[in-house]
Amino acid sequence: MGTIYVTIKVNDEMRQDGANAISVSGLTKYYNGLAAVNDINLDVKGGEIFGFLGPNGAGKTTTIRVLTGLSQPSAGTAQVLGCDIRTGITFAKKEFGVVPEASNLYEELTALGNLVFMAQLYGVPRDQRIKRAEELLKAFGLFEKKDAGFNTLSRGMKRALTIAAALLHKPRLLFLDEPTVGLDVVNAHSLRSLIQELNDQGVTIFLTTHYLDEADLLCDRIAILVQGRVVALDTPDNLKQMVKLEPACEVRFVSMPEEAISELGRQHGVYRAEELGDNVRLYGESMAFLTEAIFNYGRQKGLEIAFIGSVEPTLEDAFVRLTGMSREAMLVEKGGK
Amino acid sequence: MWRDSLRSIYYIAVKDMETYYLKPPAVSWGIVFPIAWILAFYLRNPQDFRELVPGLIAMTVLFSATAVEAVVINLELRLGSLERLLLAPISLSAVLLGKIVGGVLFGLMMTAVVTASSVLIFELQVNIIHLALILIPSLLVFSSLGALLCVLVREVFEAQTLLNLPRFVMIFLCGVVYPVSAMPPALRHFAYVLPLTYTVEGVQQSLGSVQSGNIIKDILVLLAFIPVFVFPAAKLLARKFA
Repeated sequence: MGTIYVTIKVNDEMRQDGANAISVSGLTKYYNGLAAVNDINLDVKGGEIFGFLGPNGAGKTTTIRVLTGLSQPSAGTAQVLGCDIRTGITFAKKEFGVVPEASNLYEELTALGNLVFMAQLYGVPRDQRIKRAEELLKAFGLFEKKDAGFNTLSRGMKRALTIAAALLHKPRLLFLDEPTVGLDVVNAHSLRSLIQELNDQGVTIFLTTHYLDEADLLCDRIAILVQGRVVALDTPDNLKQMVKLEPACEVRFVSMPEEAISELGRQHGVYRAEELGDNVRLYGESMAFLTEAIFNYGRQKGLEIAFIGSVEPTLEDAFVRLTGMSREAMLVEKGGK
Repeated sequence: MWRDSLRSIYYIAVKDMETYYLKPPAVSWGIVFPIAWILAFYLRNPQDFRELVPGLIAMTVLFSATAVEAVVINLELRLGSLERLLLAPISLSAVLLGKIVGGVLFGLMMTAVVTASSVLIFELQVNIIHLALILIPSLLVFSSLGALLCVLVREVFEAQTLLNLPRFVMIFLCGVVYPVSAMPPALRHFAYVLPLTYTVEGVQQSLGSVQSGNIIKDILVLLAFIPVFVFPAAKLLARKFA
């Protein structure tokens, strides 16, 4: 992917002096008497990639809608790029871009037509609109498709064009709502590279995602949202440390007996065992107890070990712990989105 | 800020013209339907056709200004593209006005074609300034009315159905085919609550079809209808993004 941006000096300054791109205090949003977003407090520093994670219905999209002026908050305050969202959001919109969850450009317009129209709305000078649109089409590998209707593009191309539309006015802050949902592995990988590249060029990123590995890979800090409330906010490493209290390891035998999980769970020094794909994960008092229990069990049953390894906590572990979701429910959510 | 809003209104209107209005369904609804309707009356009584011309022009104003508002508002709301507009640095009112102005521009084109054809065919005398002063507020009124009715409902078909109600009520009660003066008193009073009555009266005066009447009153009444429709429409649209 070519260079798609210019270095944003303002954001570099924000990064250096620690200024906040977004400041949220007590933000609350009710729908039909229910709090979709409940007393959120957070700051997003200039120049960082900030992840906003949570299960379906946690309030991620509602928060983005409120911060971008699509919905009014019921209570609390927020400033985006120094502008109050109640009074100055139209000014702030000149400085931020939004990539909504749905690729909602105009089906009837061509790829170039959509970008030029957005450039018109954002006040990009007349003599620069087509040039800027074509630059972005080239950077996103869509130049060959510039005269193709939006409705004829593949899902990945639509997503790329939607992101390009959010970059026309060279925003300092980019809101990305589930940007890789529905993309194949290759497109999702390109998009993550693009997000990183934009951030390297100075753009502050506010990212919601279902994919925890994506958040782990990209984000400087992550807030975890459950039922409208922020239950944790820290760096990915620190969030992982929260669950690194219980030693765990995983084992896979060449031939796994059905009763292995329950029997391993009853071994001395093992607190519990759970199935994780082809492996069994054991939690226990110490790694020494766990490995001893596994080797003893294997010897007793005459089982050959195919794999054994200690388990480092992942962001998913932290997420499961903090949200109280089961891993099965997480898999359903990942597949369902 | 107002310059940003004006720019956005213009570009939204132009985009809607290109993508929705200048397409066969909109053109047929905006121009063919009124002509077919008037032809039906002509076949019944060919001698009075010249008298039907103001009604034909008024009906073209009504139908063309509201031709595809259900699509430009309700479909865009459903697809999320209207929400996309609101992510740009423009106000919700500017987006709504852009949609209304799109209807006005299309209506102006359709009405100009019908008016010019009628004037040439029937060799009518026309006061162009009076006609423009009646047609432009009329187009704004009916486009605003269309926008209001569209934001009252969710789906395109609901909006289309709802739009037909005032269209057909106004065709029969506003002097398009039957003179208001010939109507029973109750209906006559009701006719003067409807904006198309003032459009028909104003067009009649502009074409010299009637000598009496007060075109200034017609223009002022039409102008007064615009905020009556625009403000509630803006309020209702804002509620959809509450």
